[in-house]
Amino acid sequence: MGYSLDFGVVFARWPELLVGAVMTLGLALAGMALAIVIGVLGVAARRSRFRVLRAAVIAFVEVVRNTPFLVQIFFIFFALPLMGLRFNPTITAIIGLGINGGAYAIEIIRGGVDSIRKGQVEAGLALGLHRPQVFRLIVLKPALRAVYPSLTSQFILLTLTTSICSSIAAYELTTVADRIESDTFRSFEVFFTATVMYLVISWLMNVLFAAISRRYFSYPAS
Amino acid sequence: MGPLGPNELLFLLQGLKWTLALSVIGFVGGGVFGLLIALARTAENTPLRRVTAAYISVFQGTPLLMQLFVTYYGVALIGLNVDAWLAVAIAFTLHASAYLGEIWRGAIEATPHGQTEAAKALGLHYVSRMKDVVLPQAFKLSLPATVGFLVQLIKGTSLAAIVGFIELARAGQIVSNQTYKPLIVFGVVGAIYFVICWPLSIYGARLEHRLAAAQ
Repeated sequence: MGYSLDFGVVFARWPELLVGAVMTLGLALAGMALAIVIGVLGVAARRSRFRVLRAAVIAFVEVVRNTPFLVQIFFIFFALPLMGLRFNPTITAIIGLGINGGAYAIEIIRGGVDSIRKGQVEAGLALGLHRPQVFRLIVLKPALRAVYPSLTSQFILLTLTTSICSSIAAYELTTVADRIESDTFRSFEVFFTATVMYLVISWLMNVLFAAISRRYFSYPAS
Repeated sequence: MGPLGPNELLFLLQGLKWTLALSVIGFVGGGVFGLLIALARTAENTPLRRVTAAYISVFQGTPLLMQLFVTYYGVALIGLNVDAWLAVAIAFTLHASAYLGEIWRGAIEATPHGQTEAAKALGLHYVSRMKDVVLPQAFKLSLPATVGFLVQLIKGTSLAAIVGFIELARAGQIVSNQTYKPLIVFGVVGAIYFVICWPLSIYGARLEHRLAAAQ
């Protein structure tokens, strides 16, 4: 006897799936925000006078980039309570995503900052711009443009990575799909639907990132 | 509660064996299919290019975990009574073929067009034009990104743990549950992944540096 697909029982749970998708987006956005903070602080530390600090940042980046996110999230999940920090799984997931994304952000942002030559800052000052103006127009904007493509594709990867947070039962789309699967036993249908939802999410992010790029970074290259 | 003794370490190393096996299968299978994808993606035939572009964007736009789940249950659905590990191997092969296909498409397109024109002018047909002229040059260009993806793939095999396949990460979970020492166990598991991935990352960075210096 053949198996007949039944998406009906899955679609009946659409409100839950929708909330799961929104939670996935929220998890991704919070993780990105934390990743940018870690990225900027990490680059600052990477350029500091203290060798220990520089070495610590390099070690952090290498360790995070050469171990699986699944192992990282388990480690953090068990390590935080030992440090006296008790969070719910969703907050733990955001911390894990931020740390993972942060390591990649450090490398990407460092490349962008390195691309601004010192002479440009001096030229800006010589033209009579104020220091904040020099930072905003001559350092920040070109640096952002230089890192934008790598940073946004890293963010889309981070969004896809959020699905791994289901392993600690953080509240997001894959966890919702797991729950519906254990209720309905329609494994293929549930995960296929969730996959399509992820595809839509990453496609929307692509469109949004491209629109932002056109709006802010479409001036001609120097 | 138990200690983390030689038995536990041996169990982790057995998991490592499957991690390496999955990585090799994914990389070799993904390499073969990825080459076909890259060739189709750069072919003159428009429908072929569109179909492979869609294939790549689906795999790059969805989580690897979902790809594993869908393949795992999908293979059972079409009536194939296969081993769990074969289903997982198929999923990693498909995943790797999309990523490698995209990396190699970029490398083929980065090879100067004059090379193809010269090969055509010399009367070389498609197979030897690709095999003897374009692909060897594209291979060199793609090497850093290919090594980078291999690291990503090795890390990605840890997700097989979530569908219950006992590789390194799942072995770590099991040992952690037995010994109640999650930090030590996941620390050791992470260190094993690091020892495998870090040299590859360094090698990839060195290749990239050398390529940048040559250009």
